[in-house]
Amino acid sequence: MNVHYLVNMANDIAAFFASEPDREVAIDAIATHLRRYWAPRMRAQLRAHAEGGGEGLGDLALAAASRLAPANQRND
Amino acid sequence: MLSIAETDYGTPAARTSARVTLEIDGRAVEVPAGTSVLRAAAEAGIDIPRLCATDLLDAFGSCRVCLVEIEGRKGFPASCTTPVADGMRVATRGARLDALRRGVLELYLSDHPLDADAAAAGLHSELASTVDAVGVPEVRYARAGANHVHARLADGTANPRFRAPDASNPYFRFDPAACIVCSRCVRACDERQGTLALAIEGRGFDSIVVASQDEAFIASECVSCGACVQACPTSALLETSLLEHGQATSSTVTTCAYCGVGCSFRAEMKGATLVRMVPDKDGKANHGHSCVKGRFATGYATHPERILEPMLRERISDPWRVVSWDEAIAHVASEFRRIQAAHGRDAVGGITSSRCTNEETWLVQKLVRAAFGNNNVDTCARVCHSPTGYGLKNTLGESAGTQTFDSVMQADVIVVIGANPTDAHPVFASQMKRRLRQDEGRGRARLIVADPRRIDLVRTPHVEADFHLALRPGTNVALLNALAHVVVTEGLVDEAFVRERCEPDAFARWRAFVAEPRNAPEALEAELGVPAADLRAAARLYAGAPNAAIYYGLGVTEHAQGSTAVMAIANLAMATGNLGREGVGVNPLRGQNNVQGSCDMGSFPHEFSGYRHVSDDAVRAMFERDWGVALQSEPGLRIPNMFEAALDGVFRALYIEGEDIAQSDPNTQHVTAALSAMECVVVQDLFLNETAKFAHVFLPGCTFLEKDGTFTNAERRISRVRKVMEPRNGLADWEITQRLANALGYPMHYAHPSEIMDEIARLTPTFEGVSFARIDELGSLQWPCNAAQPAGTPTMHVGEFVRGKGRFLVTKYVPTSEKVNARHPLILTTGRILSQYNVGAQTRRTPNTLWHDEDRLEIHPHDAESRGIAEGDWVGIASRAGETVLRARISERMQPGVVYTTFHFPGSGANVITTENSDWATNCPEYKVTAVEVVRVAQPSEWQRRFHASDRRQRALLPDAGDARARD
Repeated sequence: MNVHYLVNMANDIAAFFASEPDREVAIDAIATHLRRYWAPRMRAQLRAHAEGGGEGLGDLALAAASRLAPANQRND
Repeated sequence: MLSIAETDYGTPAARTSARVTLEIDGRAVEVPAGTSVLRAAAEAGIDIPRLCATDLLDAFGSCRVCLVEIEGRKGFPASCTTPVADGMRVATRGARLDALRRGVLELYLSDHPLDADAAAAGLHSELASTVDAVGVPEVRYARAGANHVHARLADGTANPRFRAPDASNPYFRFDPAACIVCSRCVRACDERQGTLALAIEGRGFDSIVVASQDEAFIASECVSCGACVQACPTSALLETSLLEHGQATSSTVTTCAYCGVGCSFRAEMKGATLVRMVPDKDGKANHGHSCVKGRFATGYATHPERILEPMLRERISDPWRVVSWDEAIAHVASEFRRIQAAHGRDAVGGITSSRCTNEETWLVQKLVRAAFGNNNVDTCARVCHSPTGYGLKNTLGESAGTQTFDSVMQADVIVVIGANPTDAHPVFASQMKRRLRQDEGRGRARLIVADPRRIDLVRTPHVEADFHLALRPGTNVALLNALAHVVVTEGLVDEAFVRERCEPDAFARWRAFVAEPRNAPEALEAELGVPAADLRAAARLYAGAPNAAIYYGLGVTEHAQGSTAVMAIANLAMATGNLGREGVGVNPLRGQNNVQGSCDMGSFPHEFSGYRHVSDDAVRAMFERDWGVALQSEPGLRIPNMFEAALDGVFRALYIEGEDIAQSDPNTQHVTAALSAMECVVVQDLFLNETAKFAHVFLPGCTFLEKDGTFTNAERRISRVRKVMEPRNGLADWEITQRLANALGYPMHYAHPSEIMDEIARLTPTFEGVSFARIDELGSLQWPCNAAQPAGTPTMHVGEFVRGKGRFLVTKYVPTSEKVNARHPLILTTGRILSQYNVGAQTRRTPNTLWHDEDRLEIHPHDAESRGIAEGDWVGIASRAGETVLRARISERMQPGVVYTTFHFPGSGANVITTENSDWATNCPEYKVTAVEVVRVAQPSEWQRRFHASDRRQRALLPDAGDARARD
């Protein structure tokens, strides 16, 4: 999938949860949202992009993406 | 003409608990206080003749036919305007009464053509029935004198009072000669519809009914709702279909397949022919009212362009080949299995639609989850109200509106945000207008409209909004935060409600957040374009009302922050204690007939029915046991994700029932590129829609008249759809899905949709008590329906929120990335119009095109002038996604800097311009905000030229298009 598409969506999600004052809670909420609503392949691709530096991903989105399971693991 | 199946009690029912006993014609009758004598008699089975009275309308007392005698009272009072009293003794017949009635009717008949053409069509008007009941052996007055009946007078000169019939409306005619000036039509337009397009002009014998300023109906303000036609006691206002087919012989109650109001109708039939649709007085969503779509626009069902046989083709450039159902189904099954074998189980998916019944939607999601073996199923609610589901679930605990429509009658303040009810939900708009005009009792409701456009509701006859907050498109969340700021900082919070009903920590966080100076109306004034003083006054009005209700539509959800705005609305309602009783609430006005139902049925890729996530092991285990198959625990692809995956080459086959993604979804060229990348696109629909032009298999579907099932409207009301004619395509849609499942090796053996509903009830706690038998018994019912609420739940969150404590969520305003700049200095927003419905597949194939035959670009006079654009000019509209050309309509409804169009015609290409931006939580597209430039042009856009060429090519590939092919 076009990674810019995934990056934009992840940043949009992070923008909502950014108002959470506790950074850990915010990152966790973003990762949970991704797990609940994104198909596994999309999550794996975002995670791979994060591992490669995560160009375009904001700070919180990058941190959340890094918490997703890599492609070869399900049920992250 | 009233329905053939309904009893008319003459005046509306009284809504009082006190009982009164009286005697009518020697019989003791007990009725609620406030009932008219006419109605009391009718309820006792005594039919008092009348002409100007109907229970659809308030009593008027003009025809002097329903006279009665009352012991101890002088004269002959009209029974329609006389309320009952304890101990009253009424006589409805007698020599003196009969003589008086006969005399009155003689006068009417002396200037009347006796409904000759209607009688010729076998129709019997109320006037004719009344004459029969009273008995009028002769008319003693010379019919050759002054009259409205004959074109020429007895001396051969032209009759100045004669007016030829008005046949300008395609659905009904007005024959002034047959009019008795009883005012029922005028009152129906006033009391039922609230448009006030009709009036009585002149006095005495010269009185006539006129539309607007004595114009033809089609040119007048008439919105063709049909209320006047229903109310007319003569043949003056008569459906053309009745004149054509004659009186119906049977009547079946069913539910309209247009908008989310879900009106109940009586389909009046003559054999297998639909004579007309009459709104059902017992319908709990519409109470006997209708709009031009549900009442009249059903002709698409028999339109010649309907496709009735399955068709296949290998490539989308090939001609279609008509095949048998068996061959079509076997082909789809083998293609889907081949593609899954080659590209993985997840390479296929399905899309269901809010136009489908609950049972059809249930089967499609079951087909995908159980037979395809993945969760790649979505519904078109994705692109309209998915943020409602997400936002309300996370704040209140349930993904649905909180009230009944009738609740609006108890509201003191009505807030309409991003909704245009008079166009998109007309029958509910009429009810809302009744509340906004109601002077008696608690006084009229006040109205706050938040909309970038000056929608009709802002100022319409006898209704004027107290505030029109004309915000800039894309700033809903900022507006809602500013309203909340006023509530919190001016001490308007309902502290007791919040303390008792909501999570304290979340509320404290939210209160601190909205109180921040950046959320003050003054701080946001420039961003919103709304004067801070208006915003403050509107917030005070909302928060200070005993009952305040918020109604919202796609102008809230179809934004990059759609879900955030829904949460902000829920926050506002909780903070002011406006939830959990009648007259208040959070009311999403659903776009299509079954948006609520399609979401309830588990057609989103991440959840089963009843909004339960696929990762919930206990829920999944229950479905696995019932369906006898292992199910995936991971969310599947949403519609826009499917397009991306198709362009990646990993998603290759799609089964689409009842949705036209190539017209309705944003960024058309992106959608069609994705469709073109797939190997097997299966479209199940009525017509060769835009998506079907990219399809390899066409499975003909059927209309709501041809099948059984249920729809769930915006108030969670489940109503029956009843088959009144056999499917013209041979199979009901649920049968097609069932055959497909069986061909894929997953057995389905439902004999009737009621068995599908039984399965839904078995597997969905909120539907536990729902069955076809129960719906038939109650007429309709609102979920949740279970042991605790066996008759359903009209108002939600009474006493406690579904999630327990209400949860306030911090809703920071994040401006959309779709910004105006030098290249694209205007904002385009999109919407619907009364006479057309969504992609127009149905309404474009009816005479509704007389009202709207092309989509226009509405533009403010200043923006038009600076671009040299005049009314009717062709203008090019370009965004970063694409370009299209429409004709301009100069309109002060727009604010400067904002342009608007509808999207009912595929050639308009409204969605060629809209972008891939979407709601952060649900991917609902940001249809309402696109930065564009508008310029005068001389020719269609390049996309439109390609579209029209492709449209011609694709139509020529249809089996019966041999001649067209030869020409092309």
